[in-house]
Amino acid sequence: MNALYVADGAPPSLPGITEAAPTLDWWLLAPYLVVFGAGVLAVLFEAFVPKRSLRPVQITVAAAALIAAFALIVLQVETVGAGGAMIAGGVLAVDGTVLFLQGTIAVLALVSLMLIAERRDGRDAFSAQAATVPGSEEERRHILAGSQHTEVYPLVLFAVLGMLMFPAANDFLTMFIALEVMSLPLYLLCALARRRRLFSQEAAVKYFLLGAFSSAFFLFGIAMVYGYAGSVNFAAIRAAVESGGAEIFAQGDGEPLLIMGIGLVAIGLLFKVGAVPFHNWKPDVYQGAPTPITALMASCTLVAAFGALLRVFFVPFGGSVEIWEPMLWTVAILTMVVAAFIAVTQRDVKRLLAYSSVVHAGFILTAVIASSTEGLAGAMFYLAAYGFTTLGAFAIVTLVRTRDGGQELGDLDGWAGLGRRSPGLALALSLFLLAFAGIPLTSGFIGKFAVFEAAVAAGATPLVVVGVLSSAVTAFFYVRIIVVMFFRDSEGEGPTVARAGVLTGGVITVGVAATLALGIFPGPVLDNLLPSSETGGEPAAVMIYQVTDGGTTD
Amino acid sequence: MAVTQHHAYLAAEPVVATAADSAVLSNAWLLIALPLVGAAILLLGGRRTNGWGPLLATALPVASFVWAVLVLFDLLGRSGAERSVSVPVYEWFAVESFSARIDLLIDPLSITFVLLITFVGSLIHVYSLGYMAEDPEKRRFFAYLNLFVAAMLVLVLADNFVLLFLGWEAVGLASYLLIGFWQYKPSAATAAKKAFLINRVGDIGLLIAIMIMFTVLGAVSFSDVFAAVPGASDGVLLAIGLLLLLGACGKSAQLPLQAWLLDAMEGPTPVSALIHAATMVTAGVYLIVRAGPIFEGAPVAQLVVMTVGAATMLAGGIIASAKDDIKKSLAGSTMSQIGMMVMAAGLGPIGYAAAIAHLVTHGFFKAGLFLGAGSVMHGMNDGVDMRRYGGLASKMPITFATFGLGYLAIIGVPLLSGWWTKESIISATFGYGGTVGLVFGSLVVLGAALTAFYMSRMVFMTFLGKKRWDEGVHPHESPVSMTAPMVALSIGSIALGGFLVAGDRFAAFLQPVTGAELPHFTVGHAFTSPYGIAALVVLVLGVALAWAMYLRKPVPSTAPKGNLVTVAASNELYGNEINEGLFMRPGQVLTKVLLVVEDKVIDGAVNGIGTGVRDSSQGLGRTQTGFARTYALTMLIGAVIVAATLAVRF
Repeated sequence: MNALYVADGAPPSLPGITEAAPTLDWWLLAPYLVVFGAGVLAVLFEAFVPKRSLRPVQITVAAAALIAAFALIVLQVETVGAGGAMIAGGVLAVDGTVLFLQGTIAVLALVSLMLIAERRDGRDAFSAQAATVPGSEEERRHILAGSQHTEVYPLVLFAVLGMLMFPAANDFLTMFIALEVMSLPLYLLCALARRRRLFSQEAAVKYFLLGAFSSAFFLFGIAMVYGYAGSVNFAAIRAAVESGGAEIFAQGDGEPLLIMGIGLVAIGLLFKVGAVPFHNWKPDVYQGAPTPITALMASCTLVAAFGALLRVFFVPFGGSVEIWEPMLWTVAILTMVVAAFIAVTQRDVKRLLAYSSVVHAGFILTAVIASSTEGLAGAMFYLAAYGFTTLGAFAIVTLVRTRDGGQELGDLDGWAGLGRRSPGLALALSLFLLAFAGIPLTSGFIGKFAVFEAAVAAGATPLVVVGVLSSAVTAFFYVRIIVVMFFRDSEGEGPTVARAGVLTGGVITVGVAATLALGIFPGPVLDNLLPSSETGGEPAAVMIYQVTDGGTTD
Repeated sequence: MAVTQHHAYLAAEPVVATAADSAVLSNAWLLIALPLVGAAILLLGGRRTNGWGPLLATALPVASFVWAVLVLFDLLGRSGAERSVSVPVYEWFAVESFSARIDLLIDPLSITFVLLITFVGSLIHVYSLGYMAEDPEKRRFFAYLNLFVAAMLVLVLADNFVLLFLGWEAVGLASYLLIGFWQYKPSAATAAKKAFLINRVGDIGLLIAIMIMFTVLGAVSFSDVFAAVPGASDGVLLAIGLLLLLGACGKSAQLPLQAWLLDAMEGPTPVSALIHAATMVTAGVYLIVRAGPIFEGAPVAQLVVMTVGAATMLAGGIIASAKDDIKKSLAGSTMSQIGMMVMAAGLGPIGYAAAIAHLVTHGFFKAGLFLGAGSVMHGMNDGVDMRRYGGLASKMPITFATFGLGYLAIIGVPLLSGWWTKESIISATFGYGGTVGLVFGSLVVLGAALTAFYMSRMVFMTFLGKKRWDEGVHPHESPVSMTAPMVALSIGSIALGGFLVAGDRFAAFLQPVTGAELPHFTVGHAFTSPYGIAALVVLVLGVALAWAMYLRKPVPSTAPKGNLVTVAASNELYGNEINEGLFMRPGQVLTKVLLVVEDKVIDGAVNGIGTGVRDSSQGLGRTQTGFARTYALTMLIGAVIVAATLAVRF
């Protein structure tokens, strides 16, 4: 906070500078430290461990770090309690909600890691040597030599670290750092596809450019909000919003700053969740990136980004709902309608899943707009349910390949007759698609019901009507995939289906199990893990916004 | 979080469920699960289960029956007011104010049905082991039978109208599958389709009734709906009552939706006995008694119920008197008897116990009669024409004895089962008082006379008189697996009525549900009251008339031309023609009109929407150029949109 101290004198109401270093609660910091430490260790291993044993070592380290992080998060539930807790002088704040999101991220990342680690004929999904020119002699040499990028694993760990911090951040600067820690490794990972490398690199560059563009909006927004509230701390901003801004705006003329701040910050976050019109990157990047990385982004990144979005709109901006509500209404409607429409004519499975992810982001936005505990719980359930389902779906995408056994077969027409050739796989994918469509007895139905119910309760019925109509449109293209797989004969040779290895098979099994379990017996999760009106009537009471011991706000 | 289903006691409302607190009750879902699992194993297991499948399918309803007996004893161990028990089975999810869940309601009324269904159902499974022994699709048959038992149990154990409707539809499905079991016979396939279609009309009635409950009364569970009845307007109650009646008419083959039942006799005889005599067709009576508080709030609806019941009772009796097909004659009789129950249910609390008691005893003797008919057919190369029977008593002594006992019970020979329950209905109807009681009471006596006539006719034509068999038919007694259930059912035909009615035992058991005052039925009164004597007189007259027509004179082996009444009766009182005129032809015209509308208007609209979606999809898709600069521009436009919507204040 010291760095933010304004030279010409801070408003008196701001927390004063504390000379003493903040006390660090190592226990609460442990999950971040474990993931970060493992990442650093993995980089060291890159340098010192012999090439032959590098891959198993890296996978072990990454898996162990994620499992340990998950275990720590679960153990912290007791420590954190109902009131939540501050970490490192209020830079991070965790409570039941944040821990649920972090736990979800850890599990989803672990499952994604299984996809990332999967090898087929001794080759994983990543380029042998990313620095070589695609198609060059040098590249061929590396392929023949069996080179591989085991740096993938530390990169994933760093990204996961960012994701864990993103929803826990308790001030805008920490949130921005988390955003970058999460994004930078992902930009790199997107460029590492083994097949169609130019395509992959193009996707990565686009993602990087647009990500930087959106970060600029976000950062500019932070500056505006700081100008308005005189602080970047969420609780302090909330207090400032409720009292009409910092004291220099005694005449009430500070609002334009706040409005600009909300808008610019929102753009940065809406880009990350992929809401229309900030969604353009999603189809291109999802298609170009190595499929295991796409799976990681579609599940974990979405959870983290929505965690941060929920936090920002519920805590610092929770007192100015009437300002941002029309804006989010517009974005949610655009997202649900435009993405659903575009998806109808998509021919590529990965692009289709990308647009589907955009539509789902629109559905979850309705829960944000509800701005209630119910909405928060609905969004949390939706994120967890969608994460598992989408992981399963992308796992299946990695298995369906062109006849020559080379690259993944994205073109939907090629999937005809899959139902006859691999009925188990086709059935699993059908289940995932039905869950996306929100058919009862799948997790997707409960998720949709929960967010729409919350929106209706908050008086956003028109939004829900749009949502249901959009669901109907999306159901069309989900069912079309099922029809193609089961009821159309393949022209020519049709796809080969790679045998699912233990890891990919495991991912699909986890996806099926979670989709069914959360669909048929959602009770335990709904009742025990999610906040309810018993926990607190206002979401802000659930997502904590108290300031640290030392700091005070008025 | 979960919405509790239990509601405060309301003075007028006897249904207050307590929570299940014993292992027997809290696991009552097993009653349904056992036969359901059987159906699943047999259907999914395929040919592998051919050998032992039917035996398993027979054992499971027996197990359900045993469990039901345990439940009964558990209930009997409680005081009357605590015999309504709510059994939570599965909560799907609960979101704040909304809870989607499945609960069962066990109370004296539902356990009565459960015992009837599982006991008669078990016997009929045993009977089918013999009857269907040679059928290559035996396994599928038993799977459907198990499915039916499970569905019927869902129907009667549901604690709300939606779950009841689920069971209602599922028994319809099982009935459809079983009527059309021999689908290679075009008549069977047509009959199945007909039953399904006519039932749809009734089901729509029930469905609309449920929708009205949900929108107007704000509830679908029995307790909530009945609690809301006192506050509902007369019009709403009348509408719900009449729509429920429409549903009951479809399922219980009451006028004007009766035409499917006679055709349903195309199904295998055990099916006719179980579904189309003892259980499914009585679901309408169950519905009316269960929804009693609604009907009690709508006296006009009650009068309509009584009228429909009485009219069906007479129409069924007339049809049964003219049919030469033994099963169709029995089907007419079923219509008639259920009509009598429906009428009694329309009386309100005074008639509920009598209606259900008659339903139970009827379940026994009518199932016994059907099984007897099946046994006769088994010995007569599947011939069903009674004019080609005659003199079978000596060839099939056990069948004759059991059929004969069922016969004596149904016509109401004193002190047999049917007499007790029919006398209960007659005394309840006259006891209703006023002109209404007098008119309907007289009609019941008339119905009793018809019963005596057509049943005597059936017995005389089948078992007595001269043999009129075709060449090559060698009547013989059926195997033990078939005769044993018939014997078991005939014991019920003898003794069950007395057990239930004497000392108001059954009425007292049902009282917490029906809220009725006890009828105080006594034997002496039944013999000395004017209507009791009248019932005995018409019984003798009916038998005598049948004797004069079908035993004293030889029975011609082809039906005589007959007069206007008999022709009408043998044509099922032109029920089919009326249906065709009222429903089918207008329906066909409507279909043609709709076809044009569909083709031009709806298809056009759908195709238009489809094209519109595709075009706009392609249009919007063009924004996805692949150039990062376009995307950045889109984001900038997005920023403008965000700014604009933030600046606008609503």
